[in-house]
Amino acid sequence: MNELRLDGNAVAGLLQEVFAVEMTTAIGTCSGCSTAGPVGAAHLYRGAGIVLRCPHCGNTLAKIVKSDSRVWIDLTGIRTLEVTV
Amino acid sequence: MTVVSRGFRGRRAADVNPARVPPGQYVTRDFPVLSAGPTPHTALQLWDFSIIGELDQPRGWTWEQFRALPSEEITRDIHCVTKWSKLDTVWRGVAVDTLLEGIETSAEYVTAYSDGGYTTNLPLEDVTGGKAWVVFAYEGQPLAPEHGGPARMLVPHHYFWKSAKWVRGLRLQSTDEPGFWETNGYHNYGDPWQEQRYSGD
Amino acid sequence: MAGTALLGRLTWQLAELVEVVAETPHVKTIVFDVPGWPGHRAGQHVDVRLTAEDGYQAERSYSIASASDGTRIALTVQRLEDGEVSPYLTDELRPGDKIELRGPIGGYFVWEPSEGGPLMLVAGGSGIVPLMAMIRTRAAADDDTETRLLYSTRSQDDVIYRDELERLSGNGLTVVHTLTDSQPPGWTSYARRVDAEMLAEVTPAPAERPRFYACGPTPFVEAVAEALVQLGHDPRAIKTERFGPTGG
Repeated sequence: MNELRLDGNAVAGLLQEVFAVEMTTAIGTCSGCSTAGPVGAAHLYRGAGIVLRCPHCGNTLAKIVKSDSRVWIDLTGIRTLEVTV
Repeated sequence: MTVVSRGFRGRRAADVNPARVPPGQYVTRDFPVLSAGPTPHTALQLWDFSIIGELDQPRGWTWEQFRALPSEEITRDIHCVTKWSKLDTVWRGVAVDTLLEGIETSAEYVTAYSDGGYTTNLPLEDVTGGKAWVVFAYEGQPLAPEHGGPARMLVPHHYFWKSAKWVRGLRLQSTDEPGFWETNGYHNYGDPWQEQRYSGD
Repeated sequence: MAGTALLGRLTWQLAELVEVVAETPHVKTIVFDVPGWPGHRAGQHVDVRLTAEDGYQAERSYSIASASDGTRIALTVQRLEDGEVSPYLTDELRPGDKIELRGPIGGYFVWEPSEGGPLMLVAGGSGIVPLMAMIRTRAAADDDTETRLLYSTRSQDDVIYRDELERLSGNGLTVVHTLTDSQPPGWTSYARRVDAEMLAEVTPAPAERPRFYACGPTPFVEAVAEALVQLGHDPRAIKTERFGPTGG
């Protein structure tokens, strides 16, 4: 248990800013343990940047760093992302 | 284009000597807790610190051995890339120079690695010559787990993401290996005085 | 509505404070008029951004407390003693002031009457806010989905929306309180932290396949979620919104 942990839902605004669609209902498959679940249910940590972790295995699903004009996104921890369009 | 919120000040410290504040930073009296993952809780009986990589003989210390090394009190300002700075923070720790004493290496870089998988990279010359420590106490108390305890890096002349929490060792390398944040947008070197926050800055 | 992605570029816009309501000694509801507000779903939130004269910025997220109502949105804010943003919102802002916000945000921690139930809401402290939006949305739609709210607060004085919850009870809505620190004389409901036993007594059985929404401080939400899973509920039916160490 970790008091600082939030849900992916807490960065819904940032994700929508980047992807231009609502992302918390997108289903991600963890490249570590293959569990699938909504991004909104991922564990969220705020470090120097944003880290989303798999709620089952702790694997880093995504890292997000944002400056005023650029966003860097590492999604290598998500094997597949399923988005409703 | 943002609009000023009437009367909003935040909780920044006033009366700060501007010469101590790198560009774009704001001084806080708090000590914000930021983390890339859950707080590890490695038992001290299981904890060790290692120097590995390009050296003849890897070195390691148990917690007792580490705490028996000469340590010193260090007072420094720290600067987080998320824009808060904290002045005159007081730590106690072992100089990296002490940990590397007598080591012969052709390595030019180090990677600090931590429990939980976090890594950060630095030139070897930026952790030697009195510029870096492995610290185990803050303000006279054992370093709290949320702040990186039992031990973390302290490399105050870089943005604080380089002062890896829950550090377990340094890997000496001849090649530079960008770490957890350096591979995803944060600056490879990270000098606060040159405002090197992001790649390409 | 189901299956429609929430599209659209999120942009910051100015919202004008039109009303302030004192809810409890430490909690206020601030009502904004947001030009062009497209409406929102229960459980969604807004991001609020404050800028000081020297350019310093602070950003926070706040759950929308109200049911969708034209261009008006209500945020219920708990004033945190050490807070940087909450004291500004509760103490400094006056009607007529404008702040930047963007929204509505979120699609995961959302409930609409069409989704049905039984609906089980578990709130810790200020975690009641997004769940109240669900209750108000349900009421505004005259919906009678079986809904239960388990609401944990320190004392009766800390219960937000107390009268309204009482008034809305019935017609399929059951409200159960637990007061963890102090109780008024004659108190007959729960008087301890939420635990598995309490949840077992209050929540529908797993066979009824309830939909859970739990919101509040992180430790509270995690304890509730874990207990629900141990009681046999489907983890995928438990949606959580952690507010962090201290709550909203």
